Amino acid sequence: MKARDIFKNYLFILPAVAIFSVFYIYPFFKVFALSLCQWDGIAQFDFAKSFIWFRNFSELFRDRIWWQAMLQAGYITLIALTFQNALALTLALACDRDIKGGNIYRVIFYLPPVLSEIVVGLVWRWIYDGNYGLLNYWLQNIGLSRLVTDWLSNPNTALTCVAIIHCWKGFGWGFIIFLAGLQTIPRQLYEVARVDGASSWQLFKNVTMPLMVPVFILVSILTILGTMQVFVLILSMTNGGPGYHTEVPVTRILASMVGSSRFGYACSQGIVFGAILLVISFMQIRLSKYMRQA
Amino acid sequence: MKCLDRKFRLFFMPCFFGVFLSVFISGCGSRDNIGANPRENAVKPVITVWHWMSDRENALLELAKRYESEKGVRVNFELYAPSDMYAQKVRAAAQTNTLPDIFGILGEKRDFASFVNAGYVYDLTEEMDKDGGAWKGQLFEKAISVNEFGEGNDFNVKPGIYGVPIDVTNIQMLYNRDLLRSAGLDPENPPKTFLEWIEANRKLKEKNIQGLAGGWGETWMIDCLASNYAFNIMGKDKVLDTIRGVVPYTDPDWIKVFGLFKQMADEGMLAGGVVTMVNKTAEQLFANGKAAFALNGSWCVNVYRGMNPDLNYGVILPPKASDSYPMAIWGGAGSSFMVNKRSGNADEAIRFLKWLTGAQQQIYLAKETQNLPSNRYSLKEIPMVLSQFADDMDNVTRPSFWGASEFPVVTEALGKGIQSIIIGEKSPEQLADELQALKDREMARKGRSPVT
Repeated sequence: MKARDIFKNYLFILPAVAIFSVFYIYPFFKVFALSLCQWDGIAQFDFAKSFIWFRNFSELFRDRIWWQAMLQAGYITLIALTFQNALALTLALACDRDIKGGNIYRVIFYLPPVLSEIVVGLVWRWIYDGNYGLLNYWLQNIGLSRLVTDWLSNPNTALTCVAIIHCWKGFGWGFIIFLAGLQTIPRQLYEVARVDGASSWQLFKNVTMPLMVPVFILVSILTILGTMQVFVLILSMTNGGPGYHTEVPVTRILASMVGSSRFGYACSQGIVFGAILLVISFMQIRLSKYMRQA
Repeated sequence: MKCLDRKFRLFFMPCFFGVFLSVFISGCGSRDNIGANPRENAVKPVITVWHWMSDRENALLELAKRYESEKGVRVNFELYAPSDMYAQKVRAAAQTNTLPDIFGILGEKRDFASFVNAGYVYDLTEEMDKDGGAWKGQLFEKAISVNEFGEGNDFNVKPGIYGVPIDVTNIQMLYNRDLLRSAGLDPENPPKTFLEWIEANRKLKEKNIQGLAGGWGETWMIDCLASNYAFNIMGKDKVLDTIRGVVPYTDPDWIKVFGLFKQMADEGMLAGGVVTMVNKTAEQLFANGKAAFALNGSWCVNVYRGMNPDLNYGVILPPKASDSYPMAIWGGAGSSFMVNKRSGNADEAIRFLKWLTGAQQQIYLAKETQNLPSNRYSLKEIPMVLSQFADDMDNVTRPSFWGASEFPVVTEALGKGIQSIIIGEKSPEQLADELQALKDREMARKGRSPVT
């Protein structure tokens, strides 16, 4: 290849490299540098003056509230991985058949994800409200008054209530991806299996499931990454309360950054959180490769 | 066609990239400040003001119009709401040196101090003291205190006044006269002590009326009531000694303060869901007669007028729990403006703020926005409820007056801990131990010796 061609090629990728460097690589290193500093986000940043080695990280590993928030995000993720995705798959299977008004169902199931998260949070906050809430009103009307409670102020129910709404809001994404995956499976496979006398369960277990493995992995990765970063719903529904019962990592990062003016510590939280998500993603990719080979 | 394509790639792509790069690089450059073009200013000065007060936007725009017609100086009020976003914008602007001529700082006193120490805020002391302190003299002293750093303050700020209050506020207890009457209580004689309050709540409960509604999902409102009672039970000096690390949170007086919240929860004195309630919901509950008491700031007068113009309510100090010290309430400057020290229009900006805090403008602002004016000579035309708020300005205190501030993590843990007491998860003693452990840790981190 001539030098001129090589130069030309590099010239073409230069804009992309510049954008990637400015908006991804530089911020990453900046955040990492800040995570090694004690800085309030207001005074002019002086690396040498504010450098404190890895003290933010060592404090973070001893921060009980941070790990509680991480566990709580894990709990919401677990519910999303199981119930949300099970619901999404069930509805995708139902819509994959030639049913009347299938497109209408698709639109309806895809509605929650396109709604504004803050609006969803506020509406559900009102539904769960102990004073005015629709949920308590319905429970009283159907004779279940003993279940009436302040759903979001009760430490036993607050996190689960938020998790349920997160699932309701998010199942549409899984539904669309599952449906797309189901529609790529050749129909002939089902027909052949039916001719061989396979039952519906056997069709699902031996045809649908193996061919959907890559889709399951994709949906799980997206679910974990999306759910661990849940934030707006929490902010609009409980603001992390009661106590610390609905705190999640992103609300803690915000509390450090805005509430305590500890930018350095917030950056170290961001780095650790990002690293955890990265490890989970890598593990899932490895798992996906292993399952494909199996 | 192929030739054209090649020409396009060889000519237009580098051009496109060049344009992108120059726009990007020029966008990254810092400006000395907005509106600081001396040539432009020499012709027609323009003052830029950033604020977050969406409820006051129209009134401020009207005042800007009046100022332009009177003085020939244009004032651009730029609204950035909500307040969280505004606070971030101001911080980002400080980093890029693009703060406007006038801005407000939202946050704790230490944030304010950081802005001052970083050289972003004009020292207004000289202006305030000019002509025998004419400007200072017309403003409420407590409102100025919020913007003042005293001698030997913990923030290492040069003593002085660094902000101008445009209105004042305080947070008190409100009671619904009609609900008290329906429970057989005398609305002209609302509870003055904690015990009377408990008794009143028992009667309200008999009539299925909820007690106190407050936005305690926002922990600063819990912190506010806890401070009120701390001042009442142990006095200002002991509270400040706790902040300075001399008195521990495990002191019996602090346990007494936390115990009041347990008592409120045990007696059913709080509205359902109070621990995650936002202030807007609490305001709705009180305005709609679903709660007999509320803890709210003087800004609520405007809010309640919008929600229920017929609401019949009064204002009282929180019922005192002890006779040892007077009850203190949070308050001071509601909103303050600071002048950008690096602005080319600083003198013009100061002239505008002097005009804005003048009696006539303050009367207009108070009338339009139902907020307490910062000018003490503008109280004549305000509604009765608002004047009840104004009557107790002498009881006002606020962390920003104290010259020392608690570690934010301790403040957060205090608010969250009281939420835990209310839901029955923690005892006052447990919270005291946790707070003290946190305090010791923070003090050690700052290189100060712990109390315990």
